Amino acid sequence: MSSTAVNMNRSTVTEKMLKVFKSTLSKITNAMLLPVIGITIFVFLWSIAAQSIHTSLGEFPGPNAVVKQFSSLYSEHVAERDKAEAFYQRQDKRNAAKLAKNPQYVTKIRAYTGKETFLDQIITSLITVTCGFLVAAMIAIPLGIWMGLNKRLNASFNPIVQIFKPVSPLAWLPLVTMVVSALYVSDDPMVSKSFLTSMITVSLCSLWPMVINTSIGVSSIDSDLLNVSKVLRLSTFTHIKKIVLPASIPMIFTGMRLSFSVAWMVLIAAEMLAQNPGLGKFVWDEFQNGSSDSLARIMAAVVVIGFIGFLLDRGMLQLQRKVSWNKSSVSV
Amino acid sequence: MNLTSTVTAATNNAKKAFLDISHIDMVFPTPTGGFTALKEVDLQIEKGEFISLIGHSGCGKSTVLNIVAGLYQATKGGILLKNKEVNEPGPERAVVFQNHSLLPWLTSYQNVELAVKQVFNNTMSKGEMKEWIEYNLKLVHMDHAMHKRPDEISGGMKQRVGIARALAMQPEVLLMDEPFGALDALTRAHMQDSLMEIQNELNNTVIMITHDVDEAVLLSDRIVMMTNGPEATIGEILEVELERPRNRLSLAKDLEYNRLRSDVLTFLYEKQRKVENISTKANVAPSTLKKSVNEK
Repeated sequence: MSSTAVNMNRSTVTEKMLKVFKSTLSKITNAMLLPVIGITIFVFLWSIAAQSIHTSLGEFPGPNAVVKQFSSLYSEHVAERDKAEAFYQRQDKRNAAKLAKNPQYVTKIRAYTGKETFLDQIITSLITVTCGFLVAAMIAIPLGIWMGLNKRLNASFNPIVQIFKPVSPLAWLPLVTMVVSALYVSDDPMVSKSFLTSMITVSLCSLWPMVINTSIGVSSIDSDLLNVSKVLRLSTFTHIKKIVLPASIPMIFTGMRLSFSVAWMVLIAAEMLAQNPGLGKFVWDEFQNGSSDSLARIMAAVVVIGFIGFLLDRGMLQLQRKVSWNKSSVSV
Repeated sequence: MNLTSTVTAATNNAKKAFLDISHIDMVFPTPTGGFTALKEVDLQIEKGEFISLIGHSGCGKSTVLNIVAGLYQATKGGILLKNKEVNEPGPERAVVFQNHSLLPWLTSYQNVELAVKQVFNNTMSKGEMKEWIEYNLKLVHMDHAMHKRPDEISGGMKQRVGIARALAMQPEVLLMDEPFGALDALTRAHMQDSLMEIQNELNNTVIMITHDVDEAVLLSDRIVMMTNGPEATIGEILEVELERPRNRLSLAKDLEYNRLRSDVLTFLYEKQRKVENISTKANVAPSTLKKSVNEK
């Protein structure tokens, strides 16, 4: 620090610039550099650890093997698509030829029956988890609001919620499977049984965090706001629409984010056992397959599962930011 | 439950007060038995009157207001508004809450709109509603921040919007629960002037709770002073016959104003002095005050 005023002035300017520079630098460090360092260290440790683990299916896959599997999974996907394309072309040609011979011929179009690729399985998983989550939300949010508004209902329902909340999806699955095969009987099913089983299991497990958070959010609304509603004599519907919903949106979304994470975790287990053609089935099939690449492929799936889970959570966060009036309540 | 008896009492007395707070008792259930917060509160209010309720904290002022608002039900006795019993909240008894109670996710305009839509849905067109909302916001000088949300405006401004919302319901009685209690002194003075100005124009019937002696004298036609609880009731009623419009500066030197002011102070700090935790200083204050009253 300098002693005279002029020097002080000059030095404060430089100091300020330095401060700004430092703070941007630290921001960059925090946002970019540190995660990169963390990931690098993890990959390094992983590859060392992997080399020293020997399983009956060969060495535990290190980062290299996993990256290799990513590219091979992608090329398999492309190859499978080409095959499908070729199949449809052949089918079209055959049908055209038959039609030329006999104009009365009713063409038969059959779907390609090749196996799902990794990318197809990701999409199946995403569809299943979204459907399961939406079904759960459609039940849980109204139920949570109702429980939050009505103390007696809350008191009578809360034990059930608390008991079912910690139940593992694996416990539900056999029951759901049997119920679905008993009740979902149709000659021309719109969706496969395995899809329905996984979806319902996902719903059953992701229901609870939403119910709990919604009911807490609704029951903890500021009593002044409730008095406003009373003085205005708002109808129940307007009361819910104008006061209850906006006030509890932050809590509802917290519940939804928790539920979505649960749903994604449950889904993998459910697909494994229900044989729904998604990521869970991929992992199970690779495990059963037992080739030398299997572990690397499973590890690739693990990475993808984690990454998608992360993206889904970020997506929910963005949605929450968009609909929430109170931006400061939205935290990572 | 006591409706018939109160009605006959009211007709027998042949006084048809606009708002009749009739012999109210309020008992709150507690684990150790009932707690009687109010006992025999009885007050008749004329149309267009501005009433202040003053008393120490915990004396049940807010309870009286909440009973009039219909948010609480009196244990005994009842409220008659234009000879009809009141037993649930409604927009004809609009409340200005202490901490504004604006919906934080709505703008000032939308907050008022919610009330207007609810009250005038069948009698006003959309255009008329818009005009009416804007008129009320203009009345409290908030037209410049109509489309701002509560977290974007200051405490005084929020309270203005709260008042605009209450006024926009065109209530028969306007109930204000320490409306300016949370504001700083300058903002409070400003708000009081605004309120007098509005009152001058609309001549509403108002019941206002306050802790502030100056505020009570400045604004009211009558000051209702309540005794300390439990079993709080009306101690004294002070008529304020100062000419309107009132000006705080010229009143400061006005003898009548100062007499009323010291009457209220005497009631609060001498007759109804809080017995608990009296320091020696608190003992000195009322006696010096008494002296100044006597000198006059």
